[in-house]
Amino acid sequence: MTTLIVIACYLCLLLTLGFFSNRLFRGTSKDYFVASHSIGPFLLLMSVFGTTMTAFALVGSTGKSFERGIGTYGLMASISGLVHAGIFFLIGIRLWAFGKKYGYITQIQFFRDRFDSDKLGYLLFPILVLLVVPYLLIGIIGAGKTIEPVTAGAFPTFFTNPSAPPWLGGIPPWLTGLVVCLVVLSYVFMGGSRGAAFANTFQTIVFMFMGLVAFVFIIKALGGIENAGKIPARITEQSIIVQDYRFDKKQATIVANEPPRVIGKVLSSESDDIVNKQPHLWREATRVEFKKKNLKSGEVSFFERELGFSFITFVTYLFIPLSVGMFPHLFQHWLTAKSAKSFRLTVIAHPLCIMIVWVPCVLVGAWASGVLQPGIPPPAVLSAMLNLLVGDPILIGLLTAGILAAIMSSLDSQFLCLGTIFTNDIVVHRAGKKRFTDKQIISIARIFIICIVSLTYFLAMLAKDANVFDLAIWCFSGFSALFPLVFSALYWKRATKYGAIASIVAAVLSWLYFFHLSGYGGEYLVGPGIVPAAICFVAASVAMVVVSLATNPPPPQTVARFFPENNS
Amino acid sequence: MGKRMVWFLFVLMFFLHQDFWWWDQSFLVLGFLPIGLAYHATFSIACAILGWLAIRFAWPAELEKFADSPDQSK
Repeated sequence: MTTLIVIACYLCLLLTLGFFSNRLFRGTSKDYFVASHSIGPFLLLMSVFGTTMTAFALVGSTGKSFERGIGTYGLMASISGLVHAGIFFLIGIRLWAFGKKYGYITQIQFFRDRFDSDKLGYLLFPILVLLVVPYLLIGIIGAGKTIEPVTAGAFPTFFTNPSAPPWLGGIPPWLTGLVVCLVVLSYVFMGGSRGAAFANTFQTIVFMFMGLVAFVFIIKALGGIENAGKIPARITEQSIIVQDYRFDKKQATIVANEPPRVIGKVLSSESDDIVNKQPHLWREATRVEFKKKNLKSGEVSFFERELGFSFITFVTYLFIPLSVGMFPHLFQHWLTAKSAKSFRLTVIAHPLCIMIVWVPCVLVGAWASGVLQPGIPPPAVLSAMLNLLVGDPILIGLLTAGILAAIMSSLDSQFLCLGTIFTNDIVVHRAGKKRFTDKQIISIARIFIICIVSLTYFLAMLAKDANVFDLAIWCFSGFSALFPLVFSALYWKRATKYGAIASIVAAVLSWLYFFHLSGYGGEYLVGPGIVPAAICFVAASVAMVVVSLATNPPPPQTVARFFPENNS
Repeated sequence: MGKRMVWFLFVLMFFLHQDFWWWDQSFLVLGFLPIGLAYHATFSIACAILGWLAIRFAWPAELEKFADSPDQSK
């Protein structure tokens, strides 16, 4: 119950921040959508970083490391540090310059102008919405999975049907999702992009700080930093996977299992030298079979899992972070920047912020393999570790608030962005700017945001058991496939309207094809382990180049508008 | 150092990211960081340094001027 009170206090604090940002709101649509281009370097860094790091970063990375090991960091985090910073520098600053000069608020406005095509906007709008919605689902599902274990036992008579038996009485995911949606909705509703930037900054600081605090407490509970390295599951001479330690809650310390507890066996491995190795601490692909015990019936079943990654998967994953170049919510954050110089801190500090958040999460996930049941759902690993190792309810409440902060700092920007593109690219674009007053434009955006929040909540309840990491990867893959569109628009004068349309169609069709093959959201690799995003990216690039070269070049006035270097 | 060197380092970083040379190693650095993780954490720091170099030597100053000038294209 104490944990729940701490979380409730945090949510109230956020609402207060929403009221505060509402007082700074200037009442214009430009202020509501892009904060009147007034955001400085620190707020930009925090809002961009907070937006890109969602449940995927904290809950997803810990869960994936628990499933696959420390390769998770190189697979997603370190390459993101390089690719994201490169995109902020090469794409973000350039788009900001066009946005400021020509008065763009959304991506679609830029593409419509750059390719002299109205229809391109109508083609792109449903695709962007389709791809942002799974990203929103990740947040709501992640929040539900986090809160239920840490509030277990709080209301045993109210919530009698938990997702897992030990979580009886915990706040169910439907209620967490509802509360999170309402809190985010209220401060986005009131403060617009300025409110989102303030809330993001506050929440990013909270989740980075609380993440480090959680890390310190987990290390302490595992018997110190050096002892923690011995905790992950180990392979014996007989290719059996064992847990050498367990956490004794009564003594509040790690104790050795005598004999080691058997949790599974190795089926195959790319390495010959596996004896006494801890498979979560390397990246060699190793197929294993784990035991899973049903806590209700006591029945034991088995399931297979691959630890590590194949090298080809690791290499082709570099296409996934390209998605950042096409995130519509990030485009909106870029446009809030006061000047191009505001980007400097983001370019330098973003990789470091990723490191500060991801290294502890990936380590905790790997350590969890030595103390948690292998069958535990990956999104619940972080909160299960907190629950097991950090006993203090106030601290657990604060740490959980940190996780919620990471989740909500992405949700707000995504909700706002969908409201923005619907209002500006569909309603105002069709009806004409003079048809509505500024107040009416803000009201339309707010109404659409309410609709999209309701729809997302409903979908999240339907997909409540989806794997947060895999769902995120599908969402990122779709945006990566659209990356050739933005890159060509900015750097290739010969890119034409028909090339752009062909590129979008190729990206969407190839993505839908692989998404279908994955069973609509599961993990899916092509051939020797190639991620679908790589193939979708190539298909979209080829379509852009071939069709652009086969059609008439863009008019000289368009080239002059978007390639200012030529004019000087 | 100029723009070309920054671009060269950017491409080099993509190669350095594929650390197949420590793929099957799991020894701990500083007693707690598996080498595969320690290497990539260092890689993140290198990315930040590369970002600083890009700002120092390849900053698009002309875009700033362009954004602040009035729009006369339409």
